[in-house]
Order: sequence, then structure tokens, then C-alpha cells
Amino acid sequence: MRQPILSDVVQGPAPHSGLTLLRSGAGPDDTRPSFPDGPHGLAVGERASTGMTNAQPHAICVRAACKRFGTSVVLDDVSLDVADGEFVTLLGPSGSGKTTLLNIIAGFTAPDAGSVHFGAEDVTRVPPHKRGIGIVFQNYALFPHMSVADNVAFPLKARGVAGGEIADQVAWALSLVKLDGYGGRRIDQLSGGQRQRVALARAIVFRPKLILMDEPLSALDKQLREHMQIEIRTLHERLGATTIYVTHDQREALTMSNRIAVLNKGRIAQFAAPETVYNYPADAFVADFIGEAALVPVERVDESSVRLEGTVLRCAQPVPQGDKLALVVRSEKLRLARDGEDENAFPVTVRSRMFQGESQLMVVEIGGGLSLTFRLPTHVDTDGSLPQPGQQAKLSLHPEHAFVVPAGQAP
Amino acid sequence: MASERSGRAHVLLLLPGLLVVGALLLLPLLWLLALSFYDNGLSLVHYTRLFEDPSYAKSFLLTFQIAGAVTLTAVLLGYPLCYWMLGLSPTWQRVAFICVLIPFWTSLLVRTYAWLVLLQRRGLVNTTLQDLGVLSEPLALMYNATGTTIGMAHILLPFLVLPLFATMQGIDRDLLRAAAALGGSPRFVFWRVFFPLSLPGLTAGALLVFVLSIGYYVTPQLLGGGSTVMIGQLIQRNIELFSSWGAASAVSMVLLAMVMGVFLVMSRFLSLDRVFGAR
Repeated sequence: MRQPILSDVVQGPAPHSGLTLLRSGAGPDDTRPSFPDGPHGLAVGERASTGMTNAQPHAICVRAACKRFGTSVVLDDVSLDVADGEFVTLLGPSGSGKTTLLNIIAGFTAPDAGSVHFGAEDVTRVPPHKRGIGIVFQNYALFPHMSVADNVAFPLKARGVAGGEIADQVAWALSLVKLDGYGGRRIDQLSGGQRQRVALARAIVFRPKLILMDEPLSALDKQLREHMQIEIRTLHERLGATTIYVTHDQREALTMSNRIAVLNKGRIAQFAAPETVYNYPADAFVADFIGEAALVPVERVDESSVRLEGTVLRCAQPVPQGDKLALVVRSEKLRLARDGEDENAFPVTVRSRMFQGESQLMVVEIGGGLSLTFRLPTHVDTDGSLPQPGQQAKLSLHPEHAFVVPAGQAP
Repeated sequence: MASERSGRAHVLLLLPGLLVVGALLLLPLLWLLALSFYDNGLSLVHYTRLFEDPSYAKSFLLTFQIAGAVTLTAVLLGYPLCYWMLGLSPTWQRVAFICVLIPFWTSLLVRTYAWLVLLQRRGLVNTTLQDLGVLSEPLALMYNATGTTIGMAHILLPFLVLPLFATMQGIDRDLLRAAAALGGSPRFVFWRVFFPLSLPGLTAGALLVFVLSIGYYVTPQLLGGGSTVMIGQLIQRNIELFSSWGAASAVSMVLLAMVMGVFLVMSRFLSLDRVFGAR
């Protein structure tokens, strides 16, 4: 099996600056291109606020961690290096091992094999309360028998901080999450969003260098969730603490992270910047899990082209070896071909069309029983000229978007 | 309309229970109340005797002392037991639970006689300790307050364990994990998070044990001998020895008032509906 494109690079032990995180490792079987900054996206370091340019050891370093529960392997030789001040998301479906990995970093679970380092220190056998981490849980895990202020003060009291100082720091943390004056409230007097803010304040009050968040927003409704995503990012930029964020929501991961580690069946399928993960998925699983993509079987013609149902498509990125390949077709990357445009264009039959507000979604058939979805923003300029169901049309896919992955790993 | 109808339906559902409670509990209680004020006409004589005869005060004091000792013993045995059970795997948890409950399903008399066998002068405890050379003279473990306390604490322990264990099980594990991750040492987490959150169950269990102890009869009768007379025995004596239903009723009424008083005081410190799991 081919190595994930970038993980071998970014998991390498060599110290590196943020901007070189994605430099190609050119492993022996690495036939893939390098994406220094992600061709269309931001450099990794651009989003991080602090600490990305010094050559200190990684803030967190998980080495070859394995974990089984009974006979099922939950984590299979996972390595992860996180730079100081980075916001890294562990993304994956349930059962992919992302929470177990977080638990290993937090110290709730001991790995069967492998080690965890914070900076230069090996913390594999260090109990959670001596690891100095701030943590936020999905269900907030606020202490119901304490007031808001007492909840936030908990990490300080546990560390024996003096009384006067506690009040100041609690006020500081509450103001950071915009809950000034809520200190005296009981937890059951707060809304879900407010509880999440208290949990955040409690995690940051002792200025930890490392903050772990386990699906912190999944209990909130969509609007509040999107709002809190921005707030957590802002908070991260202000505080600069290294943050590990677990989610199964790919859009949340894309929105918030410096880098995303996509987990599948206990392994890291890809660990790269959001733009790279989205545009250049390492395998069929990543392509399928992130964004709206159809994986269409194609035949390899040569290094830079594939055949899709009789049409030869040019690919800007090298086509991997192998006879089972899939073209990653994201619905928004397709567009209607102009008259006479033949390059990377292929004929389709429109099957159905759905109005979805900001865009229209069309299901089209490319022959051989294969269908694709094709999304077009609703706009007066194009709405009138859209093909009707049953009609023929021609779609084109830019060579840069014609990205091919080995097939057969989709769930 | 709909709520009115469901209101009426609720009354119908409650009716059988209300009838049973009314006919079998409320009416007899009122009858007792009436009896306690009757002595060839309306009279307070049964109540004045409670204050004049020092044996009554002595018995009430002893009852509360024993109930307190039983509750304390049950708490000291039950809390560590529950905490230990919490850490077991589900299978062993079930086994431990059955072990706690088996005595609960055994006849009260059988269990009390079992203690008799264990605690008497030539009983298992004394002979073993003497054979081992720990004791030269057998301990007086029976026919006194010690025997009564041991027997009652054992018999009433499940009443403490059941609500306490349920409360402990209901404590969100994430709270403890959060507390640990945020820097709390195991001791700090226990006293600041686990123990306060287990308190409602502990109070519920302790209250049950205490209230049940106050009115206990069989065990003190068998293990206490003649010397420790608890209120329950006092009531029985009034009827059996003196055939004085009025006096027995008066003692019962005072006992009832005291139990109500305990609940009233407790309700000031915690909401009882939460204690008994209504919320």
C-alpha cells in the first residue's frame, strides 16, 4: 500500500519551521507531488499565531502509539507531531480512534505501545493531573455543585494558587469568553452556549500550554456552533496555546485548523493543511470523508492523464501507479463547458436538478451507470441557460482539479 | 380541555393508591391518635406519663443513640463498599451487588439468629478470638447496645448501599476526568468533586437507615436482651404486659412526630425530592 502523501513528512522527527512542515519527504515510493504551501491555499504557518518559527522540539509528539481494546485495534502505530502554538484537528468518523488518541495525549488512556512527549519530556507514564493541560469536553463536564466562578477557579485551586490571585485570574478568563459578571451563577442557570464558554474559561484560566477539546461544539445548534468556531479560533490566536481539537465535522475541521489529521480505522490517513487535505486527499477515504465528492473509476493513461468513459482527462498532478484508480470529482469544481471547449470536457446526461438556495445541485450521468453531482451557484447570469433534466450537457474539469487517488479505500 | 382531561385521568390513576393509603394507613393512624388521648374519656394522662416516668426518656435517648450508631456504622461500611464496587467490571459489580442484596432477601429472623450464633458468649467470634489467644475472657457482644448495633447495621446496610451506589453511578465520569486533567490530584478530585456529588445518595441512605433504626423491633428484642429497651419494644410492652393501648398509642405518636421532625430538619439542608430520586 502506498504511503499517505504527506504524513511521512510531517511526522518526521526533524525539527522544522512552520513553513517547511509540508516539504516533500520524497520517500522511496513517494510518487506524489509536493505542495509546499498547498497550491491554492495558505501556508500552514500563516494561520498560526505563535511559536511556529522557532526550532524547538514539538509541543506534542506521539510516537508509534498503539492501542487495542480486547481484540479490536483502536490505534495502529499512530505518530503525530504538533508544533508549538498549532491548532490541530483530529478528524474522523466514529470508531476511527480520534478520541482514543486524544485520551492518550491527555493521559486518560495508556498506549499499549509507543510514547507521548510534551516538548522534551516523555509524559507517557505521567498521570493526567501532572500534564498541565486544559481540557474541554463535549458535554462540558462542568461541576454541577459549584458556581461558575468556582468551576473556573478549579484548576487554580488544584494547583494551590493563592486566593486573591484566583479571583483576578477567574475574572480574566471569564472576560475572555465574554461572561463577565456571570461568576455567581449556578451551572443549571446557563444556556448550552454559556456552559461551553465556562468550560473554555476553565480550560484556559491557568494559561496551559496545551488545550485539548473533545468535540466541544457538537451539542450546540448549527448557528451557535458556527459562532463558537470563530470564537475558539480567536481565542487560540490570542492565547497561542497548542490546541488539539477532536471532531467528526469536516467543515468544522476545515474552518478551524492549521492542520488536520484525518483518522481512519486507527491510522492517520493524512496529516496536512486544510487546503491540502481538501484539494489533494491522500486516498479515497479522505477524498470521500471531506467535502462533497464523487469517486469515479478511471484508467491510467500516463503520468498526467486518465481515461474516464472514453474521454481522456489531463491531470496537473501526477497520476499514481496502479490499475484501480479513482478521480476525485468535487461537485463545485465542475462547470458547464463553453461551446467548442473540448479539453477536459466530457458529455453527460442530466438526471435531476434540485434548488438548494445558494446553489443548484444537479445529478448527472456520465455513462456506464456512473453518476456525479454538479453544483452551481444560483445566479441570474447562469440560471436561464442550465440544462433541464433529460438533456445532454458537457461538463469540464480543470486539470488542477482532476486529482486521482488509488481507489478501493472508501468506507 | 386536553390538560383537564389528563388531569382527571391522573386522579383516576391515583385513586387505588389513595384508597389503600387512606384505608390502611391514614385511618388507623387517626384511630391511634384518638386512642392516645382516651382514658375513660378525653385525657392527657398517657402523654404526661411519658414525661413523668424516667424510663421513657431513657428509652428514647437510647433509641436515638443506637440509631445514630447504626447509621454511622452503615456509612463507614457502606461508603467504601460502594466506592470499591464502582471500580469493578460490570460482571463483578453485579456479583458484588447480589452479595449485598442476598441478606436483604433472607428473613429478618434468620439473619438475627445468625448473629446470635456468632456473637454469644460461646459463639463463633468469641471462641475464635479466645482460641487465637487474643482474648482471655469472652467479650459481651450480645444482650447490650453493641449487639443491637452490629445486628441492625448489617441488616440495614442495603438501605444505605442502594441509593448511595445509584448516586455514585450517576456521577458523570467526564467530571472526574476533567477534574484530573485540569490538575486535580486523586485526593483533591475525590474531596472536591466526587464526594460532594455523592452526598445526596449518602444522605438519602443515611436518612433511611436512621429512620428505620428508630422504629426497629425484632433485632433489638433478640440481640439487645432485656437491658436495651428501644421505643419499639416499649410500645410492645405497653400492649403485652400492661394491655395499655392508650399508652402504646401515645408512644407511637411521639415516635411518629420525631421521625417527621427528622425529615423536617433534613429538608432544610437538602431537597428531599432530589434525595429520593424524584428529580
